[in-house]
Amino acid sequence: MTVTENAAELAPAKEVGQARRRKEDARLITGRTTWTDNMTLPGMLHLAVVRSPVAHAKITSVDLTAAQQAPNVVAVFSGRDFAEEQGSIPCAWPVTPDMVNPGHPSIAVDEVNHVGEAVAIVVARSKSAAQDAVELVDIDYDVLPPVLDMEEAVKDGADLVHDQLSSNTSYHFVFDAGDAGTGANTDEAFTDAEVVVSRRFIQQRLIPAFMEPRSVVVQPQGDNFTMWSATQVPHVLRVMLAMVTGVPEHKLRIVAPDVGGGFGGKLQVNPEEVLSLLVARRLGKPVKWTETRSESLMAAHHGRGQVQYVDIAADREGNVKGLRVRLLADMGAYLRLITPGVPALGAFMFPGIYKFPAYRFECDGVFTNKVPTDAYRGAGRPEATFAVERIMDELAVELGVDPLELRRKNWIKAEEFPFTTVAGLEYDSGDYDAATQQALELLGYDELRAEQQRRRESGDPVQLGIGFSTFTEMCGLAPSRVLGSLAYGAGGWESASIRMLPTGKVEVVTGSTPHGQGHETAWSQLVADQLGVPFEDVEVLHGDTAVSPRGMDTYGSRSLVVGGTAVIKAADKVVAKARKVAAHLLEASEDDLDFSAGKFTVRGTPGAEIGIQEIALAVFAAHNYPEDVEPSIDADATFDPVNFSFPHGTHICAMEVDTETGMVKIRKYASVDDVGVIVNPLIVEGQIHGGLAQGIAQALYEEAVYDADGNLTTGSFVDYLVPSAADLPHFDTGNTVHAAPGNPIGAKGVGEAGCIASTPAVVNAALDAVRHLGVSDILMPLTPERVWRAVHQGGDGGDRAPAGTNAYGGAQTESTAGVSTDASLGGEL
Amino acid sequence: MIPAPFAYARPTTVDEALQAVASGGEDVKILAGGQSLIPVMRLRLAAPETVVDLTKVAELRGVREEGDAIVVGAMTTHSDVITDPLIARYAALIAAATETVADRQVRHRGTFGGALAHADPAGDLPAVALALDAEFVIAGLSGRRTVPAAEFFVDYLTTALEEGELLVEIRVPKHEGWGMHYEKFNRVAQAWSIVAVAAVVRREGDRIAEAKIGLTNMGPTPLRARGVEEALAGAEATADAVAAAAARAAENTSPSSDLNAQADYRHHLAQVLTRRAVTAAAGL
Ligand SMILES: Cc1cc2nc3c(=O)[nH]c(=O)nc-3n(C[C@H](O)[C@H](O)[C@H](O)COP(=O)(O)OP(=O)(O)OC[C@H]3O[C@@H](n4cnc5c(N)ncnc54)[C@H](O)[C@@H]3O)c2cc1C
Repeated sequence: MTVTENAAELAPAKEVGQARRRKEDARLITGRTTWTDNMTLPGMLHLAVVRSPVAHAKITSVDLTAAQQAPNVVAVFSGRDFAEEQGSIPCAWPVTPDMVNPGHPSIAVDEVNHVGEAVAIVVARSKSAAQDAVELVDIDYDVLPPVLDMEEAVKDGADLVHDQLSSNTSYHFVFDAGDAGTGANTDEAFTDAEVVVSRRFIQQRLIPAFMEPRSVVVQPQGDNFTMWSATQVPHVLRVMLAMVTGVPEHKLRIVAPDVGGGFGGKLQVNPEEVLSLLVARRLGKPVKWTETRSESLMAAHHGRGQVQYVDIAADREGNVKGLRVRLLADMGAYLRLITPGVPALGAFMFPGIYKFPAYRFECDGVFTNKVPTDAYRGAGRPEATFAVERIMDELAVELGVDPLELRRKNWIKAEEFPFTTVAGLEYDSGDYDAATQQALELLGYDELRAEQQRRRESGDPVQLGIGFSTFTEMCGLAPSRVLGSLAYGAGGWESASIRMLPTGKVEVVTGSTPHGQGHETAWSQLVADQLGVPFEDVEVLHGDTAVSPRGMDTYGSRSLVVGGTAVIKAADKVVAKARKVAAHLLEASEDDLDFSAGKFTVRGTPGAEIGIQEIALAVFAAHNYPEDVEPSIDADATFDPVNFSFPHGTHICAMEVDTETGMVKIRKYASVDDVGVIVNPLIVEGQIHGGLAQGIAQALYEEAVYDADGNLTTGSFVDYLVPSAADLPHFDTGNTVHAAPGNPIGAKGVGEAGCIASTPAVVNAALDAVRHLGVSDILMPLTPERVWRAVHQGGDGGDRAPAGTNAYGGAQTESTAGVSTDASLGGEL
Repeated sequence: MIPAPFAYARPTTVDEALQAVASGGEDVKILAGGQSLIPVMRLRLAAPETVVDLTKVAELRGVREEGDAIVVGAMTTHSDVITDPLIARYAALIAAATETVADRQVRHRGTFGGALAHADPAGDLPAVALALDAEFVIAGLSGRRTVPAAEFFVDYLTTALEEGELLVEIRVPKHEGWGMHYEKFNRVAQAWSIVAVAAVVRREGDRIAEAKIGLTNMGPTPLRARGVEEALAGAEATADAVAAAAARAAENTSPSSDLNAQADYRHHLAQVLTRRAVTAAAGL
């Protein structure tokens, strides 16, 4: 299938494919909207969370009296007060039948397991009164040794995070292609191999760092509760909160108003959401909680966090024979919504675009005394892509062949699609060679290779390197039956409704909840084409479970692929219903009607026509409509995909490395992505740019660093470096288009591609620049210090000194954000 | 984050400000641009009883000429410094370094005097003031005194300012005919210096007559690289001579080890950056 064929099915005045400016942007960018923290309800109380200053300890005593007596404080609660009713933060993805889940209290009762864990809640009449009283909460801790290093944590006799468990391992998940029948025996492949390359890669912990901090407002009304939350997943949250707190689902309404980013970080049932609901129920008063940035960095879930042991087997000619992956995946202290599933989802992506005959994957989920990990843009797939794209470069070096030639030799050819991989996935469509050719041209590859040669020969202190990432990923989460087979606790369908208003305007209700992606624009474009109505006549409603009762929300590059398809299917039903009414009103047979550009015409009867918007009015009046139908052309649809979709692309990074200082600088970056049919090129470009920024940030800038006591020392944006536009290069982007066969739009998903693809391209480029100086690996992020050490002292650059920098007087976690220590000013401990 | 409660005064003259400081109680903080003070208060690392805001004290703003010096009012904002013609002519190094400070928003609020009084070892302006042999005019209830840069920076976040005193202006000797360069090393555009080097160089023909080198973030206070200065005085203006002199940049420094850099790497950076800064300042 190609774009043009697919496009021909759509109405002639095509919206799809137009670079429409996003209709939601004006209000989002100017702040003329109601973010959760803007909400003010009569009598609303404010919560401040007191957080643990220590990583691992038993709570020995709690004294709330001073805080309770502070001005304007209404109540102060500790974990004891909610011990009976708080339940556990749900984990929806028990990846193995014997997975160990120690339970995740929203507020610690007897024991704390990470710095920043909630230990008390202050409820006051103002936000500042609540914050002032935080320092008066007096909690004594009996400190236990913190478990911070996964490789230590899995050793015999290691200190335990949870002393009621027998080890720090939550689960051991295995995918073996030989056992699954999707590949050959992996051990044999390695025994027989001519060449084996083994590497240990580190996926550092990252912080999603969404722009709008988390915020919750809860309003009790009788036995009903309405919660506004800056969440990606109001629908998931509703079900889960009902199960956790016992508030019946039909008494609970969740509203995600405009939400300022999430990147997976708001795909969660947050302890603070549970606590806000419990406090509102206890007091019968509306409450608000909004986190500070420091709280967000230390207490909202993190992403990544893996030690990857990767072995690749090949013959001397460079044909890959097998891939073996063993992971230690950092769960953090507890299991949140899909904590264990993130690395398990990655299991299926390690083989990448290559035809490995054998593959085995093993993963240990490991508890540590750090904040839990969970979804972060890409969730499992960036980690997998990094490992395979890095090991392909290492194999190329071992074999002495060009890294691109090695890839080309082993990747799936265009004519081989659909292709079932060794991990059992059926890749849908694509042409890796075409994307690569285009990317090479965009980069100006030959010229840069020549310059690299010149710099090497002249011994230039600034060396140049070129790195590749030829990647694919699985999007459009997800076929419900596949999720079921992976023991995920829900389906992957999406729902949509279309309501034809009397004036002919159209309301589209989507269950896929945007938090910055531009659904309102893209869905309007889809519906405008499908119904033949003006773009401006379409309004998209979302995010409120009372308005949009069914949905699975937004993550995993699923919205357009699954949610957009539900919209198309609903629109098709609207047209089908309208057709009956049109036939009746035009006194023609349904079979003689054509529908195009929003009008039904009667074949062979010029002038006999009626618009779908007029039909909307006709069924509203309902004076004249067919006997056998209801007076409505509104429709609902639910779409459950049968397969994932598989965007792919080639990213090439050219990197300058100043060998005197270790500073790396991206000289040029070219990416060609195949995300299927493009509904809005501007949105696609924006998603690619943002994804590239985040993927490059993992390679060069971001890392959540804990010190030896388990304090997060990257506790503010001074030390957790999020790059800005000023730090990123110009991106030369392009697309190839191979329509996804699995949905009528032909879209594959674009939300995560840039983030998944870019990280290994950047690291491969830096290594290519200095490999001749004896460097074969550098830990991420590639700080100048690490690069300098790797070049001048050998090794991988080593660990960073954990101390925060001294800006703001060395502002650090333990002295910020409601942590009750004597370090925080005025603290009484 | 929300600061702890505090009293607030907004005087309009230096005298009123001194009075407000004197009567503000135990712990009084002076607020200039607030770009360092407010974050520290929001993180509750500081909880002053009274904040005395200098933003309405007009006499503390602006740059003027006074004999062989230019005088910069403590409340002159970073963005005014960058565009000031006197600074451009006599002490362009200040503008060059200030351009590397943070972003536009911060530069519109942050002040020259605030940055110096704050004395953050990673701040860019202290080393610049030190390299230019600036003098600090300090006002107290009992009158004014002048402190040379070499004595102003006492320790980590600590200056010669005594309790109750205000920094009112900074006198910078005119450096006409000197070459200057600020070489800043940081990871992202808006970040503080990991290490930076301010070089002020006077050439006589093929030789370097005199050089003054200020180091940022190589210890708890800004430092002069005296060894480099000695080696450069009278040296030939050649790449080799500059490199040889720059090799002494880490002498007598005591940088910290943190997320950005460990001490040995900072030592190395100081040498590389000094070579680059002097090379540029000497027009090589
Ligand atoms: C995001 C960000 C990035 C930054 N990046 C950099 C950077 O790269 N390089 C850099 O050098 N700086 C940087 N800064 C700091 C910036 O330069 C500040 O403006 C400066 O450090 C403080 O100046 P201020 O006028 O804001 O002072 P304030 O924050 O108001 O005051 C700072 C301190 O000085 C005291 N003080 C101020 N004025 C006087 C006075 N007249 N007399 C006595 N005491 C006084 C105050 O009491 C306080 O203790 C950054 C700041 C931010 C927010």
